[in-house]
Amino acid sequence: MAMNRDEIFQEVQEVLIDALGVDNNEVTTEATLMGDLGAESIDFLDIVFRLEKAFGIKIPREELFPAESLMNNPELVNNGKLTETGLAELREKLPHTDLAAFENDPDINKLGDLFTVGAIVNYVDIKLNAA
Amino acid sequence: MSNPADSFNIGRTSAEMRWIWIDKFVEFHSGESAVAVKNVTLAEEHLHDHFPGFPVMPETLMIEAMAQTSGILVGEAKNFQEKVILAKVKKCVFFDYVKPGDTLKLAAKIESIAPEAASISGKITCGEKLIAEIDLMFSHIDRNLAGKEFPEENFVFTDTFKSLLQGLSSDDGSSDALESGQD
Repeated sequence: MAMNRDEIFQEVQEVLIDALGVDNNEVTTEATLMGDLGAESIDFLDIVFRLEKAFGIKIPREELFPAESLMNNPELVNNGKLTETGLAELREKLPHTDLAAFENDPDINKLGDLFTVGAIVNYVDIKLNAA
Repeated sequence: MSNPADSFNIGRTSAEMRWIWIDKFVEFHSGESAVAVKNVTLAEEHLHDHFPGFPVMPETLMIEAMAQTSGILVGEAKNFQEKVILAKVKKCVFFDYVKPGDTLKLAAKIESIAPEAASISGKITCGEKLIAEIDLMFSHIDRNLAGKEFPEENFVFTDTFKSLLQGLSSDDGSSDALESGQD
């Protein structure tokens, strides 16, 4: 089933409104899940389950939100910042996310800012087109 | 005299805090759905205060009953190996009062289940009457809080909890539950 980006965005918006109890005008492409929409860790799993149902796809949790495994690996994180290896790993795991701004200051506290509504739309877009 | 259970002190403390808020399962389809029953009685003390002269079951306790029904369903799906903790109330809508003498039917269905978590949808009815719709999320905590350690013992599913499954007969499609419930 082919869906264009607008259709995907609308569906993602619906999912986030239900999962996070936010208003539809809050769910913009640039909005960050944690900072702007108040998502907590269990919400990420809720969102994954809802996306799977909404789009009929299977989402390995690591694939969409890989932050946790990165943060616990000393090779990838040093002194609160991602190392070169860590950045490389992140680039590989997040092909659907624009990392340019983050790479200038790869502070792990800012990892949360990477998870935007737009990144989810990109992810679903890639996933649907690859299928 | 030493009690072998003392070596699980933390687990035991948590286990002792548990209380059972459903009476029995009447249906159990492993990994899919379950129906439990709770009889509400004026002998339950909270009904004396909630409210004097107008006893109705608090909505929070309906959520607890659904959490127990579906928590056991989710736990059994992984053979009670995971520590299943209520993590999120996704939705709860209440349509009617529950009064002493009512028999509640708690029907829970697993919507999604993954190594880290599960989500369920639930309905509470009393006879033909819809009482509540409650959707919950459970976390398998050992897989979610990286770095934090929990007691080895599964303090969520104590034997008391598992005993709820023992009343089921095998002619209602529940034989799976019966066996794992007696581990």
